[in-house]
Amino acid sequence: MKPAKFDYYCPKTLDEALSLLEESGFDGKIIAGGQSLVPIMNMRLSGPECLIDINRLHDLDFIEFDEEKVKIGTLTRQSRVEMSSLIKENCGLLSEAVPFIGHVQTRNRGTFGGSLVHADPSAEIPLSLMASGGSVLIASKEETREVDVEDFFVTYLTTDIMPTELLTEVQIPIWSGRVGYDFTEISRRHGDFALVAAACQLTLDDQNKISRVRLTLGGVESVPLLVEEANQMMMGEKLSEALLNKVADIVREAVDPESDLHASADYRTHLAAVLAKRTIQTAYNRAGR
Amino acid sequence: MGVHQIRLTINGKTFVEEAEPRMLLSDFIRENCGLTGTHVGCEHGVCGACTVIVNGSAVRSCLMFAVQADGEEIQTVEGLSQNGELTPLQQNFKECHGLQCGFCTPGILMSTSDYLAKNPEPSKKEIKEMLSGHLCRCTGYDGILKAIQKTVEDNKETILIEGS
Ligand code: FES
Ligand code: FES
Repeated sequence: MKPAKFDYYCPKTLDEALSLLEESGFDGKIIAGGQSLVPIMNMRLSGPECLIDINRLHDLDFIEFDEEKVKIGTLTRQSRVEMSSLIKENCGLLSEAVPFIGHVQTRNRGTFGGSLVHADPSAEIPLSLMASGGSVLIASKEETREVDVEDFFVTYLTTDIMPTELLTEVQIPIWSGRVGYDFTEISRRHGDFALVAAACQLTLDDQNKISRVRLTLGGVESVPLLVEEANQMMMGEKLSEALLNKVADIVREAVDPESDLHASADYRTHLAAVLAKRTIQTAYNRAGR
Repeated sequence: MGVHQIRLTINGKTFVEEAEPRMLLSDFIRENCGLTGTHVGCEHGVCGACTVIVNGSAVRSCLMFAVQADGEEIQTVEGLSQNGELTPLQQNFKECHGLQCGFCTPGILMSTSDYLAKNPEPSKKEIKEMLSGHLCRCTGYDGILKAIQKTVEDNKETILIEGS
């Protein structure tokens, strides 16, 4: 349970970090909170040659607002996001999702960006970002590029980031109008990986018809799943039992979960449909208040 | 890159030690600094036995490398009692049977001390959520919960008395 040897660098500036990344190429690995990386290094499931520690890049630890969006620096600790009243007011979905991550003690160290880059398909931050929409900024020595969240997750534990790049910032649009949201998940014990997680953010027009909606599911695919067919189908509709049942049908078709020790694929499919209905209902009720 | 020099303070005392980058903070505290009150259970962030306070936040010391703590301030269970006097939380653990073998206790004490400093009046549910980051194989958690609840109640009374 001790990690293999590695070289350690602790850059003080973003520039220095990006140069180190470029020099080390495929051998270099970024460490931020380390709450997912260090366990797998301790278990020797991962053995990077070289760790580049970004914990001293304090400029990447921030929560900022303008009228349209919230910007969160990659190094911002999850517990800071959890406690932020500004986040609560403007992206309540996130405040609701973060307490499901691990435990207080891991959220104190775990970072916002780290969870995105790790890209576990059942993780809370990727799922809620997919539900609110938004983008990430990715920096390399050459350029900084912006990638929409829909294009960011490639497959299981894999994102659009190249080995010489670093995620620096996340931008989340602030939804206006009659907004409702919900995040829910089922796990064996509090803090365990979710068997299935569901998030929904929507807006209603003045006749209580759905005017915008993003339903997403986690733990049922290799990436957080935006259930586009269901989302399109709900547009312009009022919520009804029949509508929810149609969503459930679509969800059961759309998901492709795996069986493991914790739950069978069938059970996960069942859960996905149940949680999808539940999360839409809650989001709808909240928007209607 | 061989060995790094690491300088940090634990419970107010400065330590300067050398370690390889791969040395976990938990091992560094126990082996290099000789403070064996911090326990090591799972070494992958699950059991909470190794929890210490780094720069004012309770974290897993088995999920940090010692080099990462260079220049930081750390509190371990040895730093809780002052001049042989237990803290009220420790005293309540003793009175409410909050421990049996004591393996999980240092971690829980550190988490709880940090948590109560930030949330002085948590509900039972909130305490349970905070405790979910710790495994105890002896007590069934009931005594631990009572000890923490008693500490919260005692604090409220003190505040009342001071205020009146
Ligand atoms: S030893 Fe660190 S959490 Fe178990
Ligand atoms: S008292 Fe023995 S593990 Fe908790």
